[in-house]
Amino acid sequence: MTADPVLIIGGKSDIGLALAHRFAAAGHPIQLAARDVGALVTDKADIELRHGVAVTLHEIDVLATESFAPFLDGLPALPGTAICVVGLLGDQARSESDPAAATLTFRSNFEGPALLTGLIANRFEQRGSGTLVGISSVAGERGRASNYVYGSAKAGYTAFLSGLRNRLAKKGVHVLSVLPGFVDTRMTAGMDLPAKLTAQPTEVASAVFKAVGARRNVLYVKPIWWVIMTIIRAIPERIFKGMSI
Amino acid sequence: MMISGWGRYPRQDCVVHDPRSAEDLRGLIGQRPLIARGNGRGYGDCAQQPAGTVSTLRLNRMLAFDADTGLLVVEAGVLLAEVINAFLPRGWFPPVTPGTKFVTIGGMVAADVHGKNHHRDGAFGRFVAWFDLLDGTGEVRRCSPTSDPDLFDATIGGMGLTGVILHIAFHLQRVESGWIRQTTLPAPDLDTAMRLFEDHAEVRYSVAWIDCLAGGRSLGRSAIMLGEHASIVDLPEPLQAAPFGTPRRKLRTLPFDAPSGLLNGLTVRAFNAAYYRRQVMKRGLQLVDWDSYFYPLDAVGQWNRIYGRRGLLQFQCALPLASARAGLIELLEAIAKSGQGSFLAVLKRLGGLPGGAFSFPLDGYTLALDFPVSAKTLALMERLDAIVLAHGGRFYLAKDSRMSAATLRASDARVPQFLALRQAEGAGAFASSQSERLEL
Repeated sequence: MTADPVLIIGGKSDIGLALAHRFAAAGHPIQLAARDVGALVTDKADIELRHGVAVTLHEIDVLATESFAPFLDGLPALPGTAICVVGLLGDQARSESDPAAATLTFRSNFEGPALLTGLIANRFEQRGSGTLVGISSVAGERGRASNYVYGSAKAGYTAFLSGLRNRLAKKGVHVLSVLPGFVDTRMTAGMDLPAKLTAQPTEVASAVFKAVGARRNVLYVKPIWWVIMTIIRAIPERIFKGMSI
Repeated sequence: MMISGWGRYPRQDCVVHDPRSAEDLRGLIGQRPLIARGNGRGYGDCAQQPAGTVSTLRLNRMLAFDADTGLLVVEAGVLLAEVINAFLPRGWFPPVTPGTKFVTIGGMVAADVHGKNHHRDGAFGRFVAWFDLLDGTGEVRRCSPTSDPDLFDATIGGMGLTGVILHIAFHLQRVESGWIRQTTLPAPDLDTAMRLFEDHAEVRYSVAWIDCLAGGRSLGRSAIMLGEHASIVDLPEPLQAAPFGTPRRKLRTLPFDAPSGLLNGLTVRAFNAAYYRRQVMKRGLQLVDWDSYFYPLDAVGQWNRIYGRRGLLQFQCALPLASARAGLIELLEAIAKSGQGSFLAVLKRLGGLPGGAFSFPLDGYTLALDFPVSAKTLALMERLDAIVLAHGGRFYLAKDSRMSAATLRASDARVPQFLALRQAEGAGAFASSQSERLEL
């Protein structure tokens, strides 16, 4: 196999693992990075057995920003594609009164992912090639009472990705922003999600895989979410502030 | 959550858990009875329990493979289809396969499934080296023919009643290609069909589709399909370069329930007659891809909807060799007389190799039939039960959704022994709706 390695940061998440399987199925060696990555040994075996590719495991804590450079130095090879799936939904109500909880949500969804993505971007720029994929969220499109701490962090990450894309467009490096709507994962377990608006992790993975190949810029996993968010963004603020959605 | 087996009868509101790890699962073992559920391909109520049904579908990782011996270790929720996808391109195929690839490996052990090679190779359990079983005390036990052998035996074909199977190690078989050399032989009556099975006992795969509505001299009219894995040299030259490159079949899904009366005596009679003619025309040797050969029905997703909203009943019995002919004639006559023709009726020679302590197969013949659920077909099945009992036969629990506890006891002398093991293992922890109905 001559396919480029794919780095997945947040490899323990349902979306991260689904992405690993999807890219491995196309013959890409996989670098899975996560906190307490030892828990992924059975998934490593599973991916290797099913797809016949090499999988390596790498410890990373996105809150430990000083560890990012050594982490990247420790990879067996600079990946062709790097995907950041890290995220933390957090508890909105708690974040409203507890700065530590809010800070954790900001750092897990914005600061950590953005800084790490940025460092990888520099290495890709130096090499003159590579694809960066950031999993952000439709929650970042407009702040809503129910999850604006998480949403504002994702808004930051979305803006960061868009800026990177602009900066690197002429440098041979491609940036894909992914805005999944509802996804049936551990993060949303127990929530009552509308089936038609909810994607399975494997659907997210297939959509991302295709979008990487097609060098898309922004991906809404289910196209209906583009429609929904276009409407939500268009509602005038004086009306929006009175709504509960 | 409303769930049912593949026959969509009976449907029950069950608490469904979907643990992601053995630890999550262990936390569920306690006061309320549980039953493990794989991909819901058992036909009746064998994998549902209102108090607690444990889906194994998230426990679906492949753990290890030894390319020298073909020993594969998987978590119980891995689908057979996934095993084939991963290993057929490397020259390995399941040693035994049921008629659908959308079963979990855990379910294959629990039902000790048989395939078209049962007469030669026995059922799936014979290829299991060991498994890990979560028992009623929350302990994980490694069971094999040498370690905890009684529990090993009782779990193979034990319908999940001895615990939750977590990991399975089983042997794959080597194949040279993804193609099957199929020979179709027409049998104008039952005696010819049975003779053909006996004459071709050395062929690896054999099964007959049987026309249940044909009566009189044509009683038991069948098309016998024989198959062998094709070697490289059996393939035409263009296929030899990529012997596993069989065409991918398009999955078509039945998008809605057919009206419940769609399959009636008239439509089934017409279908069966046309199908028989088609098989007769196809007689002789053909090269068929593995997917079409082993899993013709998998090409139509949700094919069970053809039976309408009320669902379908499967009837599958095994008759010992000595009484098989007489029993089959009585069964076929009763079905033909009722006019409740079965759309999919399958006859197969089973072999005498031993299975698990409570496995279904026995040395003889098995007949499997589908019927739409109705008062008439339920009554017909009671009559069929009686015929099977009179001829010393027994019933396949993976297909059953309506048998009585008394019928089970009359059909199977192994019940007390199985119950004794259940008692010794603390019977309260695991029970399905089926085991409650059958007082197992």
